[in-house]
Amino acid sequence: MTDTATQVDAIDRSGTPLIEMKDISIAFGGIKAVDHASVDLYPGEVVGLLGHNGAGKSTLIKILSGAYGRDTGQIFVRGEEATITNPRHAKDYGIETIYQTLALADNVDAAANLFLGRELLTRWGTLDDAAMEDETRRVMGRLNPNFKKFKEPVKLLSGGQRQSVAIARAIHFNARILIMDEPTAALGPQETEQVGQLIKQLKKDGIGIFLISHDIHDVFDLADRVSVMKNGQVVGSASTKDVTKDEVLGMIILGKCPPGATPGPGASTD
Amino acid sequence: MSDNTLTTQSGADQKEGPIVRFLRATEVDTRMLGMVGALLLIWIGFHLYGQIFNGFGAFLTSRNLWNLSVQTSSIAVMATGMVLIIVTRHIDLSAGSLLGVTAMVMGVVQVWVLPEMLGLNNPMIWIITVLVGISFGAAIGALHGFLIAYMGIPAFIVTLGGLLIWRGSAWWVARGETIAPVDSTFALLGGGPFGTIGATGSWIVGALAIVGIAALLLMGRRQRVRFGFPLRPVWAEWTLGLVGSGLIVASVLVMNSYLWPKGVVRRYAEANNITVPEGGLEISHGFAIPVLIAITVGIFMTFLVTRTRFGRYVFAIGGNPEAAELAGINTKRMTLMIFSLMGGLVGISAVIASARLNAATNSLGQLDELYVIAAAVIGGTSFAGGIGTIYGAMLGALVMQSLQSGMVLVGFDSAVQQMVVGGVLIFAVWLDTIYRRNSV
Repeated sequence: MTDTATQVDAIDRSGTPLIEMKDISIAFGGIKAVDHASVDLYPGEVVGLLGHNGAGKSTLIKILSGAYGRDTGQIFVRGEEATITNPRHAKDYGIETIYQTLALADNVDAAANLFLGRELLTRWGTLDDAAMEDETRRVMGRLNPNFKKFKEPVKLLSGGQRQSVAIARAIHFNARILIMDEPTAALGPQETEQVGQLIKQLKKDGIGIFLISHDIHDVFDLADRVSVMKNGQVVGSASTKDVTKDEVLGMIILGKCPPGATPGPGASTD
Repeated sequence: MSDNTLTTQSGADQKEGPIVRFLRATEVDTRMLGMVGALLLIWIGFHLYGQIFNGFGAFLTSRNLWNLSVQTSSIAVMATGMVLIIVTRHIDLSAGSLLGVTAMVMGVVQVWVLPEMLGLNNPMIWIITVLVGISFGAAIGALHGFLIAYMGIPAFIVTLGGLLIWRGSAWWVARGETIAPVDSTFALLGGGPFGTIGATGSWIVGALAIVGIAALLLMGRRQRVRFGFPLRPVWAEWTLGLVGSGLIVASVLVMNSYLWPKGVVRRYAEANNITVPEGGLEISHGFAIPVLIAITVGIFMTFLVTRTRFGRYVFAIGGNPEAAELAGINTKRMTLMIFSLMGGLVGISAVIASARLNAATNSLGQLDELYVIAAAVIGGTSFAGGIGTIYGAMLGALVMQSLQSGMVLVGFDSAVQQMVVGGVLIFAVWLDTIYRRNSV
């Protein structure tokens, strides 16, 4: 924990944030999935986005990654207002997402997934499969040296191997901002540990990470800050050194904002 | 590199029988072998049936095999497009009807419209007609794709509606009239004695194909060496090359041994002032032009599917539409393009079908959609999406057409033919389900 504490102190929040989402709202039919939510993220920082299933955290983050269009609100990337209306825009801003479902095309191999939407081409404009496989072997060699199944469709891979393909895809293209939606939900303890190591390494490179989870234990030790959502609203945000796990649980379950946290519009008033 | 080869071989020796080892070394798709087996079974079966019950085995004659190749062309061209549609989890039930209306439009264009503008037998007529046909098909396909992708109507409904609408339109274009004969150059695109490339031409095509096979094998091997990927043993490469070349030589020999009928030779001789020598003039058919069209389409589609972004996206969408969308692929636009491509291919098939008939009739292509779907499915395209090959579908088309024409040859009536085709379709999908359950 002391290790984490020193890292928390190291984060400089005086400059412009990498990402600032202001007053974001989106409704599906009559239901306000996200209701005037604001979150931000600084370079080298891990922000845990917590809340029950259906609290709106995945929806909020899908707005950032371009999968959903927002009804109202603004997104600033490094201080400049960004237009993000589809996943390609988000990628252009260096925002990469690892989805809960991993979002892999199961029937094609690791290389095809890694480069999906950004294929390497030969000078005749055809797919350069050999170059893509070569590059994939290199990336995967770094991330997961045990990975050997380069020719198999990814549906034949284990959960951890699929996860490493998804992570490789996100970080290979110089991501500045990484969104991880329940990154360890499908993993065993050892693989979870690996993901934790990876996150620390990415932090060092100055990448900002949104870590989304409904389970506080997945997130608390890795995150520098947490933002808690409930019923589509932000209950509050807090530095992990100013609050306890129990207090954060109180925010998740009751919407009660502890003294160490900055309350948001969703904080209960009683 | 030789290390890789050695380990695969010696490791395999202990556990696997010779057949499994052979399949592993040559990397031949077992499913394709199954299809070839089924094809041989159908061919030999019908031949023997004819020999035993009708006193004459008509199936394995050069004449029938040549006809079979021409009949398969139209279905095979559409089947390549159907693969992409089924891979992306859609369906197209309108192919046959679209073929009908496209043929009618082309009939009107080349018989009623263009001769008036350009004069009869103008060499531009067939070119303009073909372009009109392909564009018309592509435009209707794009309309289907638009309704499916942007209006959110299921492909099943859009193309079921299309099945009725385009069949109706085919009648309506010329009030049910049959438009014949078509332009004489256009007619060559459908085969017939004059729509062939003859013996010499066939040998040239065969030689080119053999060179192509050798080049592909060699390039594939060089590519594997360059990146240090495992190699096929050398004997396996040779086996593949020799079997491929053998099949090509065999097909050239069969096509060349089908000679022009005497009447056609006499008319040809008279028209060209050739004196027919004693004992008759022997002129070979060789490959028919529609067969060459179908093979060209097959090569083009294979290239599109395996070597381009478009093809990669088709399979990614089929494997996981959501993942494709999140990877930034414009899936709606892709759907529109896939259906438009299918429409264009239907246009090519309409050219072949109406040229072969030397007429445009509003019933042309009836039930073709079922043959096309069956061809794709028999060829290994999965309704679950994401899986399918072009060569498989073309081979599937040959299987379906062999069944159909075999039944005609041995004298089954059309009621029985329909029942068999329907049964085979269901059987093929069942077989596919079993195969996938066991293979993964």
